[in-house]
Amino acid sequence: MKKISMKNLQRWVASSSALAVFLVGSAFAAGGDVKLKPANVNMNDKASLQRGAKLFTDYCLSCHSAKFVRFNRVAEDLDLTEEQVMNNLNNIGAKFGSTMNNTMTKEYAKQTFGAVPPDLSLVGRSRGSDWLYTYMTGFYADSVRPTGFNNVAFKDVGMPNVMWQLQGTQKAVIDDHGKVTDLQLVEEGSMSKQEFDVAMRDLVNFLAYMSEPRQEERKIIGIWVLLFLSLLFVLSYALKKEYWKDVPH
Amino acid sequence: MGKKVDALMGWVDDRFPLTKMWEEHLSRYYAPKNFNFWYFFGSLALLVLVIQIVTGIFLAMFYKPDAALAFQSVEMNIMRDVEWGWLIRYFHSTGASAFFIVVYLHMYRGLIYGSYKKPRELVWILGVMIYLVLMAEGFMGYLLPWGQMSFWGAQVILSLVGAIPFIGEDIGIWVRGDFVIGDATLNRFFSLHIIALPLVLLGLVVAHIIALHEVGSNNPDGVEIKKNKDENGIPKDGIPFHPYYTVKDIVGVVVFLMFFSIVVFFIPEMFGYFLEHANFEPADPLKTPAHIAPVWYFTPFYSILRAVPDKLGGVIAMFGAIAILFVLPWLDRNPVKSIRYRSTMWKVLIALFVVSFLILGYLGMKAPTELYTQIARVCTIYYFAFFLLMPFYTKNEKNKPVPERVTMK
Repeated sequence: MKKISMKNLQRWVASSSALAVFLVGSAFAAGGDVKLKPANVNMNDKASLQRGAKLFTDYCLSCHSAKFVRFNRVAEDLDLTEEQVMNNLNNIGAKFGSTMNNTMTKEYAKQTFGAVPPDLSLVGRSRGSDWLYTYMTGFYADSVRPTGFNNVAFKDVGMPNVMWQLQGTQKAVIDDHGKVTDLQLVEEGSMSKQEFDVAMRDLVNFLAYMSEPRQEERKIIGIWVLLFLSLLFVLSYALKKEYWKDVPH
Repeated sequence: MGKKVDALMGWVDDRFPLTKMWEEHLSRYYAPKNFNFWYFFGSLALLVLVIQIVTGIFLAMFYKPDAALAFQSVEMNIMRDVEWGWLIRYFHSTGASAFFIVVYLHMYRGLIYGSYKKPRELVWILGVMIYLVLMAEGFMGYLLPWGQMSFWGAQVILSLVGAIPFIGEDIGIWVRGDFVIGDATLNRFFSLHIIALPLVLLGLVVAHIIALHEVGSNNPDGVEIKKNKDENGIPKDGIPFHPYYTVKDIVGVVVFLMFFSIVVFFIPEMFGYFLEHANFEPADPLKTPAHIAPVWYFTPFYSILRAVPDKLGGVIAMFGAIAILFVLPWLDRNPVKSIRYRSTMWKVLIALFVVSFLILGYLGMKAPTELYTQIARVCTIYYFAFFLLMPFYTKNEKNKPVPERVTMK
C-alpha cells in the first residue's frame, strides 16, 4: 500500500519537475552534437548496481580512482556484506572503511596515456548518465588513433577501449561530411550486443550512484517533507481565514 | 503564572524597550489591509536570509578554505561523510538562488506599485544596497566549492578589474592576492563571505525595516493610509501586522517551502542552473572549460557587459545598470504611485523592461553569437533608455483618478 502511494507521489513530483524544465527552458546543450542514448539509470535496481560495482572495480579502478567513495558505504547502500566487498570488489587491498584509490602513479599515467585519468567519484554528475552510456558503448575502430579506437561521444579520446574483449569491435558508418552516423559490430566479443548494453547500463548505474550516494534517500525524505508541508498548508490557511474574518472589506 | 510573567515583563521593560519594540514593529504596526500576492516576498527574503545564515554556520564547521582541500571538503566530507551534510549543503545552494528569486520579485513589486517614491526613497536605496551586497555575497560564495566554474567564473569577473586604466592590473593582483585566482583568493573570499558581507547585510536589512516602519508600508493602490485616521490615530485602512500579516505570511512561508523542498529534495542541481555541471569537476587552472557562464542571477548584467564592444565601457555599463537603480526615486516624476492608476504607456514600458531583462538573462547564459550580441545590444539600450528617459515620459503622463481609500480586489 505504502509503496504504491509513494510511487504515485514520486510521479507527481516528477511531472511538476518536468513542468519546471519546460518553464526554465532547455537547460544545456549536451557536449558536442552527438545524440545521447538514454541510460535509464535506476537506483532501486540493486542487482544492476552490484554488477556495475563489479565491472567498475575490475575494469576502471586500475587506472581511475573514486577517491571520495568508501567501500563500506558501497556495501551498505548495495546490500553487500563486508566479506563480499572485500573478496569481490576490493582488488586494491585497501581497508573496508577506506576510499577507492588506485595504485597507478601520476607519472606512469602521464607517460602511458598522455594525461592522468580523471577521478570518477562525481563523473555521473559532471558528465551525466546518458553521456556516460553513449561514451561507454561508443568506441569504434580507428587506425589513426594510437589506441586503435576512437569514440562517438569523446572525439580523439586518450582512454583505450578497455571493454573490447566483452564488446568486440565496432566500425563507424561515416556520411559524406565525415560525420559518424552509426556503429556496426564487425567482430564479436565475449558478450552479445544486448548483453554488453546491459553491462554498460549497470556500470553507468553504479557511476550515477557513486556521484551522489544519498540520492534515493533524498527523494524519499522529500516526499515526507512535502506531505508534512501540505498538511501545514491546510492548517495555516485555516488559521489565516479565521483571523481575517474580522478584517472589513 | 500570568502575574509572574507580567512582573517579569515589567522588570525587563524598565530596563529594555521590549514591549515598546514589539508594539512598534508588530502588534501596533499598522499595515494596509489590501496587501496582495506581491507582498509575500519581503518576509520570504527574511526567511531565506535566516536559512542561509543557519546552514552557513554548519557548513563552515566542515568546509576547508584551502585550494588543496576545498573541493574534497564539500564533495566528500560534507556531501558524503557528514551526517545530513548533503541536506545542509543543498539548502544553502538552493537558498542562494531562492534569495535572488524572492529579491527580484520583491524589487519588481516596488517598481510596479511605486514603493520607491516619496516618502520611501531611503527604504528603496537601502534595498538596492542590500541587493548589491547580496550579489557580492553570491559571487564570493560561488568560489568556495572550488569547482571548475567557481574558478573560471571568478577568473573572468575579477579580470574585469584589469579594465581600469593604468592601475587596473595592480588592483587585480591586490584583490586576488596572487597573479591568478589561488589559495589566497579563496581564503579572503571565505572570510568576506562568512563574516564581512553577512554583517553588512544584516545591518542593512535592519535599517531597511526600520526605515520602512518609520514611514509605513505602501500598498497595491499606492494610497497613503496615514492620511485617513480614526479618532484613536489609527489608520482606517490599516490592520496590526501581528496577528493579521504574521498568520498570512505563515501561509506564504509554507507555500514557499514547498517549492523550495521540491528543488532541494528532487532537483537540487535545477538542471545545471543552481549547481552547474562543470562545478562537479575540481578547479583546474590549466584547463579552461569550453563555455564559462556565471550563475543565472548575474546573467542579465553579464549580458550588458558583453554587449558593449569596449571592455572598460562594458564594465562601466554593467555597474551603471545597477547604480541607476539608486536614483530611480528621482527619475520617476509622476506623483501617482501604483501602476493601477497610471497610463497604458507606463504599463507597456514596464512590460517591455521585464521582457528585455529576461532576454538579457537568457543571453548571458549562452555563448555569444553575432545575432545574440545584436539582441543583447537592443535590450541593453532599452534597459538604460527606460531609466534615463523616465524624467521626460513620466512628466505629463495621463493618469487615472486615484481613490481616497484602499480597495480590496
